[in-house]
Amino acid sequence: MKTVAELNDIVKQVRRDIVRMVHAVQSGHPGGSLGCAEYFTVLYQNTMSHSAVPFNMDGKNEDVFVLSNGHISPVFYSTLAHSGYFDKSELATFRKLESRLQGHPATEEGLPGIRIASGSLGQGLSVSVGIAQSKKLNKDAHNVYVLMGDGELQEGQNWEAIMYAGHNKVDNLIATVDFNKAQIDGSTTDIMGFHELNSKFESFGWDVMEMDGNDVESVNAGLEEAKTRSGNGKPVVIIMKTEMGNGVDFMMGSHKWHGIPPNDEQLASALDQNISTIGDY
Amino acid sequence: MVNTEVLEKKDTRSGFGAGLLELGKTNPEVVALCADLTGSLKMNAFEDEFPERFFQAGIAEANMIGMAAGLATGGKIPFTGTFANFSTGRVYDQIRQSVAYSEKNVKICASHAGLTLGEDGATHQILEDIGLMKMLPNMVVINPCDYNQTKAATIAIAEHHGPCYLRFGRPKWPVFTDPNQKFEIGKAWTIQEGTDVTIFATGHLVWKAMEAANELEQQGLSVELINIHTIKPLDDAAILKSAAKTGCVVTAEEHQMNGGLGDSVCQLLARNTPTPVEMVAVNDQFGESGKPEQLLDKYGLGTVDIVNAVQKVITRKNG
Repeated sequence: MKTVAELNDIVKQVRRDIVRMVHAVQSGHPGGSLGCAEYFTVLYQNTMSHSAVPFNMDGKNEDVFVLSNGHISPVFYSTLAHSGYFDKSELATFRKLESRLQGHPATEEGLPGIRIASGSLGQGLSVSVGIAQSKKLNKDAHNVYVLMGDGELQEGQNWEAIMYAGHNKVDNLIATVDFNKAQIDGSTTDIMGFHELNSKFESFGWDVMEMDGNDVESVNAGLEEAKTRSGNGKPVVIIMKTEMGNGVDFMMGSHKWHGIPPNDEQLASALDQNISTIGDY
Repeated sequence: MVNTEVLEKKDTRSGFGAGLLELGKTNPEVVALCADLTGSLKMNAFEDEFPERFFQAGIAEANMIGMAAGLATGGKIPFTGTFANFSTGRVYDQIRQSVAYSEKNVKICASHAGLTLGEDGATHQILEDIGLMKMLPNMVVINPCDYNQTKAATIAIAEHHGPCYLRFGRPKWPVFTDPNQKFEIGKAWTIQEGTDVTIFATGHLVWKAMEAANELEQQGLSVELINIHTIKPLDDAAILKSAAKTGCVVTAEEHQMNGGLGDSVCQLLARNTPTPVEMVAVNDQFGESGKPEQLLDKYGLGTVDIVNAVQKVITRKNG
């Protein structure tokens, strides 16, 4: 288990990776990626039991993670690199021709750590339910973790999966909603409000938790709590409050950095705010 | 040539059900998912015998396809079952991203394809599914012609690692293929050899093509009849060889002309040895309610339509 100080060091490095990757190709999605740096870091460093080498596509006898909102691929790739799935130097190939680090996560190029393509929203929860069911058939007691965006919950397929998982007591599934209340066109409240999100999940038979997603201690405790709640006849969902662009002051408090890269000056400012800890790629 | 006198009739979907049951007994990794059409898809026997490996998805096809991708990720061999319309058009993006692009070993099994589902009408009579599926990289597309071939194909796709689309239908249809056949994906089956014309037929229209071939033989024509049960990957060599021999081609399928078997055959011939082709298929129309035979006749997919297409293409060849 990594300490809070160690986790925070990795988070800072992940933030640097995110802004550098997106800046280098002047494309990609920094806002949501930055908001989830703490979640990814804690999940891969402390919460999950998982094997980077060898990477096994079937994920048998280990915890499995699925990213449903695939556009936050920078935080996913950086996390995988810092968890030993591939060398961090490969982060420099992000979104470039012939790269394994596609704009949105994909399996076709064989990047270790990716088990399903995502990017077209609303599909990851269904896939996670299927992996969870395969674990039950295989008598594998490990969990399946999935991250979804809050805007993504507007996709109807999620509610098919939420209904299915509740009805069928898929209790080896720990879903997290990145509740940053923002999507490309503006705030989720303006575009399509959730109103009572917790009670929606509850009414479908889910065990609902909340956690602060931008504090590693809170994330660490929350994910440990979620683990203890799994296996009790209900799928678990964590409503994780985050700030889009967290850790880079000029990207915070706005949906505008959803899919916009920083320019040279903005990059310098973002890096000044997050001094290198374990080394740049 | 198979005897076209009165034969036993069985629905191809029951061939799927029988194949799936056999797979359940022989391959413990095979699992099945159904979107509230277990009886229609003939999946009841599998559900009864292997309840722990059967997943009732409810009327939620998108989630069913996603779950199948997940089960495949975990090492299972999932077979999804619903009507062809709900198996393809309704869930196209789920198949594209979570199955085809992600290279998942999912078998999408689709009943009630084409006009021959009959009275339910055009909402359910999908005639575009072969085209939708064959355009997806990594996807194998199979449309067997009778009960026995459907059963054999069901068993065969479990052995193939990768996404497959298996298309079959609702009506009871003559059973004329070998019950003990070994189904080879991508391998055309020459039903009879001939020299004047080649008919490439798939699905239910293979039987219609056999009836047509009999009639044409009585007119003194020598017909080569080849069953293309696998539309993708296409058996290029068999098609080019036969077209070179007979010099003219008719394709026959229960599908739109756009995107179907005929479209694939024409592309192949145009790029290699341009050959006169007539296509027996639905020409850019939706279907309607009616009895299967009435619909095949109205939309130009009857035995007489194949006969007429052969005569026309031979005239073109000789002209």
